[in-house]
Amino acid sequence: MTARDIVLGRIRAALADVPDDESPADVPVPRDYLRSHAGPDVVALFAERVADYQARVVRTEASGAPAEIARMLTERGVTDLVVPPGFPEELLPAGPWNRLDDHGPLGVAELDAADGVLSTAAVAIAVTGTIVLDAGPGQGRRALTLLPDYHLCVVRADQIVGDVPEALALLDPVRPLTFVSGPSATSDIELDRVEGVHGPRTLDVLVVDRDQPQEVG
Amino acid sequence: MSSRPAAPHNVVWLDAPSFPEAARKALADTGLRRNLGRATATIRDKRLAVTGELADWEQLRQAGAALKRRTLRHLDGYLVQLEEAVTRAGGTVHWAADAAEANRIVAGLVRATGSTEVVKVKSMATQEIGLNEALAAEGIDAFETDLAELIVQLGDDRPSHILVPAIHRNRAEIREIFVREMGRRGRPAPEGLSDDPRALAEAARLHLREKFLRARVAVSGANFAVAATGTVGVVESEGNGRMCLTLPQTLITVMGIEKVLPDFADLEVFLQLLPRSSTGERMNPYTSMWTGVTGGDGPQEFHLVLLDNGRTATLRDTVGRQALACIRCSACLNVCPVYERTGGHAYGSVYPGPIGAVLTPQLVGVEHAASLPFASTLCGACYEACPVRIDIPQVLAHLRAEVVEAKRRGSAVPSAEALAMRTAGAVLGSPGRLALAQRAAALGGRLLGRGGTVGALPGPLRRWSGARDTPAPPAESFRSWWKRTREGGPEKEDGHDCP
Repeated sequence: MTARDIVLGRIRAALADVPDDESPADVPVPRDYLRSHAGPDVVALFAERVADYQARVVRTEASGAPAEIARMLTERGVTDLVVPPGFPEELLPAGPWNRLDDHGPLGVAELDAADGVLSTAAVAIAVTGTIVLDAGPGQGRRALTLLPDYHLCVVRADQIVGDVPEALALLDPVRPLTFVSGPSATSDIELDRVEGVHGPRTLDVLVVDRDQPQEVG
Repeated sequence: MSSRPAAPHNVVWLDAPSFPEAARKALADTGLRRNLGRATATIRDKRLAVTGELADWEQLRQAGAALKRRTLRHLDGYLVQLEEAVTRAGGTVHWAADAAEANRIVAGLVRATGSTEVVKVKSMATQEIGLNEALAAEGIDAFETDLAELIVQLGDDRPSHILVPAIHRNRAEIREIFVREMGRRGRPAPEGLSDDPRALAEAARLHLREKFLRARVAVSGANFAVAATGTVGVVESEGNGRMCLTLPQTLITVMGIEKVLPDFADLEVFLQLLPRSSTGERMNPYTSMWTGVTGGDGPQEFHLVLLDNGRTATLRDTVGRQALACIRCSACLNVCPVYERTGGHAYGSVYPGPIGAVLTPQLVGVEHAASLPFASTLCGACYEACPVRIDIPQVLAHLRAEVVEAKRRGSAVPSAEALAMRTAGAVLGSPGRLALAQRAAALGGRLLGRGGTVGALPGPLRRWSGARDTPAPPAESFRSWWKRTREGGPEKEDGHDCP
């Protein structure tokens, strides 16, 4: 007998009290919890909740995004910048940074030595202040947004949903998923919270709104 | 064939004293009690704040409990479904009936890669099976990468909390451990290291960085796995989990069979319940999910080891089964008046606190952890705090009966407890014997009582009375008072002086 047969056999014996004709659907699961705890302004809530984690949040209209990105990179002292494949070129500002593309692909030592990474996100969650990466365009493979010590994540306002149930419904579980809520942190020493351990120690989030139509004068 | 492991391994530590003995020592450690009191109070307040934000918290708990109930009642089907999905996505599934088998599987997989070291994500399952020790015996170094686990490992210590395993250590002790031990296992602690938590976290970052960058094999646990899709998830804070789950070529995940969930959408319940109950955050910093292997991203070889090790024996008990719903949040530890005073080591198990008191005896058999079901006041705070509504007091009471029964079976001489219960039955069953006993008690109470209480008693009652103040028996029993005042006894008085 294989271990598989043994374990499955034990489970079936242990569940002798479950009627043979019972199906999983016969065990009721009440779903009367809320789909979302967010109010109408999910973008403002997202910004507030991300900031609670000691991450910086900046909001801008699309036309102002490259300038904001340039300002944040400069402030954080970034020179070697990882730019994942598929990052929207129109958002990339001109500047003194040395752009590292992952065509190689980049080795772990190169990524570790980089000053920062500039990525997009797949979905964002307002109530929990979470950005979700799914390795899609502008995000790249997981190591790109992990090893550099600074992560600047660009989120389009229309990517922000209210709460966890809505976000999961939009995600494809086949893709590798990373939920990021603030910079890495630990409370392992006397439950004293310290931001920044192994993952990027600094997280900035740029929320990009669609440009408001200019009034015709 | 018993489905409990032949050797309990780390579920119970073989050299650990029984709970009352260990608790007495822990209670005498005032520093420990102060640290624990402060830490558990902090985390209790945080949890209440974030659970209070959700008006439907009770509905989420109900849904979580129901999902676990559905899963456990159809566990075989879900595991087979999970195996198919993981295999389809390029992973390999292994089954382990007990700890020894799981350790053998993992050691074999590591050896096959040619590596002699692994980086580890914090995992209760691998703690439980004593994986690090088993790998060491095979010449494989296992490096813990969670900060608290690192503190425990470098200090050659044992975990005392499910979420914060080094909660019993203060910053000065941690600094000392880092300065003394880091150099022996890799990059030494920086010169002039202070005991500021920030500096200690930085020291851990530097020490582990080189290990992450060169690691070829990682070992993790899992917070959940989705049967329908084969998606496995790890919930963490520091990013050490992401490092281990992303950088190595080979990933080996050891998961208790009860961690499977039916559908991907069911995570909407647990990703709300777990972080808020556990660290008291709206969401933990990082949650990683992966499905088999993804070309060009992360480990190209993925093994999932499904572990029984006493879980099917727990499943067989229709009352105790609910303990398998545990999502390892540790909220029950933080609200428990017993845990707050004794700390985790007193429980002598990798699973301390109220959940440990019900899980440990079931995983290893009550005869191997007979004192644990009694390590509780049955106050019910744990049940209130549990995000999946495990009725821990109910299971504790059920297991207490099992312990008494097991002792009776195992011994020709009845225990003091069984004897006391039998005597009580005989006395309470006969009015004559009861009257006699009450007269004897009144007399004894006058001899032993001091200031209205009876302290330590001699003989077989010593252990019970040593930790409790028993009210001294009244000079007169209600029965004799009633007889005297209502039935025309010799010294009838007015009825205003009610007892």
